[in-house]
Amino acid sequence: MTNVLRAAWLIARKDFRIESRSRELVYTALFFAVSCILIFSFAFVREGEAIDNSAAGILWVAIAFSGTLALGRTFERERQAETLRALLLAPVERSAVYLGKFLGVLSLLIGIEVVLVPLVAFLFNAPLERAPGLLLALLAAGTVGFVAVGTLFAAMLGRAESRDVLLPVVLYPITLPALVGGMQGTAAIFAAEPNLALAQTWLSMLIFFDAVFITLSLWTFAPVMGE
Amino acid sequence: MFGMAPFLIDSAPYESTMGLVYKIFYFHFPSAMTMLVSALTCGVASAIFLFSRRPGADRVAVAAAELSVVFGLLVFVTGPLWARKAWGTWWIWDPRITSTFIMWMVFNAYLLLRRFGGAGSEVLAAAVGFFGMALVPFVYWSVNLWRTIHPLTSVVPTLPVNMGIPLYFCWTAFTILFVALMLIRVRLEHARTRLEEAYLAVDD
Repeated sequence: MTNVLRAAWLIARKDFRIESRSRELVYTALFFAVSCILIFSFAFVREGEAIDNSAAGILWVAIAFSGTLALGRTFERERQAETLRALLLAPVERSAVYLGKFLGVLSLLIGIEVVLVPLVAFLFNAPLERAPGLLLALLAAGTVGFVAVGTLFAAMLGRAESRDVLLPVVLYPITLPALVGGMQGTAAIFAAEPNLALAQTWLSMLIFFDAVFITLSLWTFAPVMGE
Repeated sequence: MFGMAPFLIDSAPYESTMGLVYKIFYFHFPSAMTMLVSALTCGVASAIFLFSRRPGADRVAVAAAELSVVFGLLVFVTGPLWARKAWGTWWIWDPRITSTFIMWMVFNAYLLLRRFGGAGSEVLAAAVGFFGMALVPFVYWSVNLWRTIHPLTSVVPTLPVNMGIPLYFCWTAFTILFVALMLIRVRLEHARTRLEEAYLAVDD
């Protein structure tokens, strides 16, 4: 078990180091998220004011879009350098490879959210200070669920044809509960009449979703990635 | 049975508030149930294929995925026609419709992946089918936090007999149709594999 975690940590650190040297993904995914927000502003702003409760939806759609970009690019990098095979040939458990990649993408997406959440709050008048702990928990649980499923599908699509198109096609229907949970929970906090009990219900659903789908992903990663 | 169905449906009494449009229910409900059954079949077959790599399971999975998309389409054609009359609107984002729609999207993704994924995509598609099945409770639960106006499942057993008989008749017909289509589709897939093997043998 400690071996698995150690190998996962090494893989995540490798991705982290590549990213910190080029900063390609942080910059591009963040810029992409901000452009999404710009487009949303034209859809959801009337007479200079954001429509009620649009902030939560905008935030989560931006997270989902930039997350998809990050997922696709992370594995594209491995494919271009032909290192995915090396990674799979490494004498470690398959689940360690999955966990390592998962941690790498997760930390990247959290880094993007650190900028994105205050920005959305600033632009669309979202009351971040209302329930900061609950909001953080929702963001964490939703992102973990999205990345857990996303890592598995991005990894397995790494060798498929037309993978750039197929990743979002497969990813959005299957990660929908994570996105809906995050979105609805956040909306319950941001609403004019906040409903924190409802946000907590969504949070517990998200945690349950995370537990089930991380387990399933760990379980299916080896058979899916093949020999 | 499909030849007889219109006469039975015709003989069923008119529903007091909805009139003639109600009769579309005799096709709507059976297609929805058949879609559910074939989605479940696809999920189970995908899981079996993923872990045992039995080619037979894959053939069943692809046949079931195609059928759930087809029957899903039937549901989405008959549903709005009925809803327009009954609720005054084509589409409502109520839990049951939304979750059916999401599951339908999952199986569309399954087929797209198989169609455009290239070599080895059957394993990837199997993962989609398997995850799609695991998704059902979450999708259902999360969309259920909204209010519903869809008739509950408890309506069906309480239908009067003269409405119930045509309904069960249609349901049986749809189930038989599903089984027949499944058998044909699986056999087609089987023949296709055999043909490919034969080609490869000739090439060697």
